[in-house]
Amino acid sequence: MNNTPATSAAPPSAPTGAAPRTETLHIEGMTCASCSSFVEKALSRTPGVLRATVNLAAEKATVEYAPNQIDHAGLKAAVEQAGYQVFEPDAPAASNVLAADEELADRKARTYLDLKRRFQVAVVLAVIIMPLSMLMLWPALMARVSMPVLNYGLLLLTLPVLLYSGREFYVSAWNGLRHRTASMDTLIAVGTGAAFLYSLAATVAPDFFQRQGLVPDVYYDTTATIIALILLGKVLESRAKAKTSAAIKALIGLQAKTARVLRGGQEVDVPLEQVRPGDEVLVRPGEKVATDGIILEGRSALDESMLTGESLPVDKSVGDAVFGATINKTGSFRFRVSQVGTNTVLAQIVKLVEDAQGSRAPIQRLADKISAVFVPIVIMLAIATFVVWFALAPTGQRLPLALVNFVAVLIIACPCALGLATPTAIMVGTGLGASHGVLIRNAEALEKAYQVDTVLLDKTGTITKGEPAVTEFITATGTEPAALLPLLAAVERRSEHPLAAAVVRYAEEQQQSAPGETAEATDFVAHEGRGAGATVAGQAVLIGNRRLLEENNIILSPKLEQSAAGLLAQARTVLYAAVAGRAVALAGVADTVRDTSVAAIRQLQSQGLTVVMMTGDNHQTAEKVARQVGITRFYAEVLPADKAGKVQELQAEGRVVAMVGDGINDAPALARADLGLAMGGGTDVAMEAAGITLMRSDLQGVVTAMALSRQTVRTICQNLFFAFVYNTLGIPIAAGLLYPFTGWLLSPMLAAAMALSSVSVLTNSLRLRGFKVKG
Amino acid sequence: MDTSQIIVTLLGTGLIGFVGWFFFAAPHRVATAVAGNGGLQQVTIQVKGGYSPDVVEVALGQPVQLHFYRDEAAGCSEELLLPDFGIRRELPAFQTTTVELRPDKAGTYPFTCGMGMLRGSLIVR
Repeated sequence: MNNTPATSAAPPSAPTGAAPRTETLHIEGMTCASCSSFVEKALSRTPGVLRATVNLAAEKATVEYAPNQIDHAGLKAAVEQAGYQVFEPDAPAASNVLAADEELADRKARTYLDLKRRFQVAVVLAVIIMPLSMLMLWPALMARVSMPVLNYGLLLLTLPVLLYSGREFYVSAWNGLRHRTASMDTLIAVGTGAAFLYSLAATVAPDFFQRQGLVPDVYYDTTATIIALILLGKVLESRAKAKTSAAIKALIGLQAKTARVLRGGQEVDVPLEQVRPGDEVLVRPGEKVATDGIILEGRSALDESMLTGESLPVDKSVGDAVFGATINKTGSFRFRVSQVGTNTVLAQIVKLVEDAQGSRAPIQRLADKISAVFVPIVIMLAIATFVVWFALAPTGQRLPLALVNFVAVLIIACPCALGLATPTAIMVGTGLGASHGVLIRNAEALEKAYQVDTVLLDKTGTITKGEPAVTEFITATGTEPAALLPLLAAVERRSEHPLAAAVVRYAEEQQQSAPGETAEATDFVAHEGRGAGATVAGQAVLIGNRRLLEENNIILSPKLEQSAAGLLAQARTVLYAAVAGRAVALAGVADTVRDTSVAAIRQLQSQGLTVVMMTGDNHQTAEKVARQVGITRFYAEVLPADKAGKVQELQAEGRVVAMVGDGINDAPALARADLGLAMGGGTDVAMEAAGITLMRSDLQGVVTAMALSRQTVRTICQNLFFAFVYNTLGIPIAAGLLYPFTGWLLSPMLAAAMALSSVSVLTNSLRLRGFKVKG
Repeated sequence: MDTSQIIVTLLGTGLIGFVGWFFFAAPHRVATAVAGNGGLQQVTIQVKGGYSPDVVEVALGQPVQLHFYRDEAAGCSEELLLPDFGIRRELPAFQTTTVELRPDKAGTYPFTCGMGMLRGSLIVR
């Protein structure tokens, strides 16, 4: 958001050299001269401070310091320790990409209030003008009122509507004319202007009209009502528009304001703008993570739903990445900052969504071409309407009829609906996607998703978890799994190997169904490349590969031997376990199908999509997984380099292909496909090759992405259809084309209801917010 | 057909022709960006019922700063769209809003108001 160069002052940069720096702090809480000298001393004694002077009257401290020894936060801590406060003026907007531009919001709020006031004035006056204009319907009343007096009264009431409420239209139209461009405002200005000027002439010089054999009718009610109705449309439009960008505002609002940083062994709350990569930040339960980093100490479960759309908290411990704006649930931890500002995942998401909202959909091209010539053509049509009515209507009525229809044509035409049809739906759709963890790169990706008929899934990491899990657990005769698993888990809990984690998870899952006591392991030894061993409940427990058992002279029973061979044939990794020198169990470990895959694939199929799987596995394994998840067509033994070729193969069959992959290894295939969906798993947001990035790492994200894209494009089509039909029907009716057949004429006041047509388009787009994936 | 009808018909036809000529044959106001320090090309565009200049020429591969000064409060021009660069900006009234981009492909890229009424183009060569 670099749109305000005036405020783009750089944030205090990281310490670079030993050159001293000077900073001014605003001190709060100093009441007397002794206070100021106390602060001065406290600052001067702080290591790194070269000189400090405090001005009591100005409540300011000027500090010269060595930037490599202390920084702003350190100075602030010193002042606070002395018992005073440092006043922090709001950071300039540009120093923080995510800071919502409050000034802009403020201006918008004021503009809106102004608009509302102008609308209210117009409504009140129109409500008075309307019945006064209809006095002629009561001849008894009319007899008592003089016509000229009434007309002058109406003129006085209409003037504020014109000059205050409707001023914007005339100014804007005039500015446009000077540039030889025409807009919506031109139509309103010409339409209401013509009605007003005619009425003005009839009021000032009724004799002239009567001499021409015309009744000097006035149209003040038309003028006032049109302006009031158009302003009503604008008020509603402005409210609805604010909602279209609500999702992105909510994303920006997620950011934390401060972070608890460790500075010189002390915990200091510093504004987010002052946090630097390398800082250590503390996070307590219930707090928001300030920025992106890596956990150094502690463990916790984090709610990452705001970034990934995944509703279950994610367990994190030392070495895991944490992301700004996520919420820490249970434990406390300390992390090292790796990214700040524009480089954080949240900032990248915001940027991506903003870019997508600024992109233009190919489907809009026709609407664009039309709106470019729309207004001048409507003006020409309106003049033609005037000419035809004047030429064909009966002598006494031709001028009023020509005028009324001329105004109706100008007022009913609505280029706004045409212009709003696509962008509003895209804004709502992309914003909504982001809140579901579906990041849509641009409007073109949305449109492509609508056309897709085939989804190609890379098995590993999409259908399956891409992490090992125990799939089979076979015990020797006479050994109970329920008794054995706690022992094995006790050993493996101490190990850091991924296979060990698989065993622990399996044991925990089993224990949940039949709870038993947890055992403690002592004398833990990790046997590099072979496994691990420890003493649990007084027994020596070993778990690892075959070599571990052989080295300990432990022999497998024939039953286990046979089972191991079977597991190996199924491409499983086999773990061997021994207790007290006897082989007791085998565990088959493999990449497993995600719980959500089966349901997700069924949902994709029920959306009418053909789901195809590809994998590097052999035909037998591939077939087994495919059958398990309900896929009938698959490619097995696909080399990584051939993935793009498979996409091409499907395209050659005339299919529009969406490819789902992990974004790194699958980049060429993603780029080759008509639509690439990258499963980010919350790590890399801006994946170049992908049209859509999924923050959630399961297939449910694909279902959401496809359904949301389709719904958004459907909304765009509805909007465009409505806008086209509205204008192509409305203009001829307003011109009086139906009059010869049905006697219908459209009152210009009714035509002003067109202001509501853009509101209907907006409302239709906002309906998207109720989007839900059907289960 | 009486005299007044003939006059209205002739005037009307003439007016239709004039409206067509006035809006569709409007000359473009062209400006070529001046490259400053580090090749940064800057152009100031006034937004008031239209864009002036409405055709901006810039050189390929060099960073571009377009300074849009919105000299009106009328609703139509409050949004600026540069779809080929994924830019959608709100232009606060009576303020300058700077849009930065780096064109890496020659061509003509339109910029419009939020509803596509006001238009201009960025020519990259």
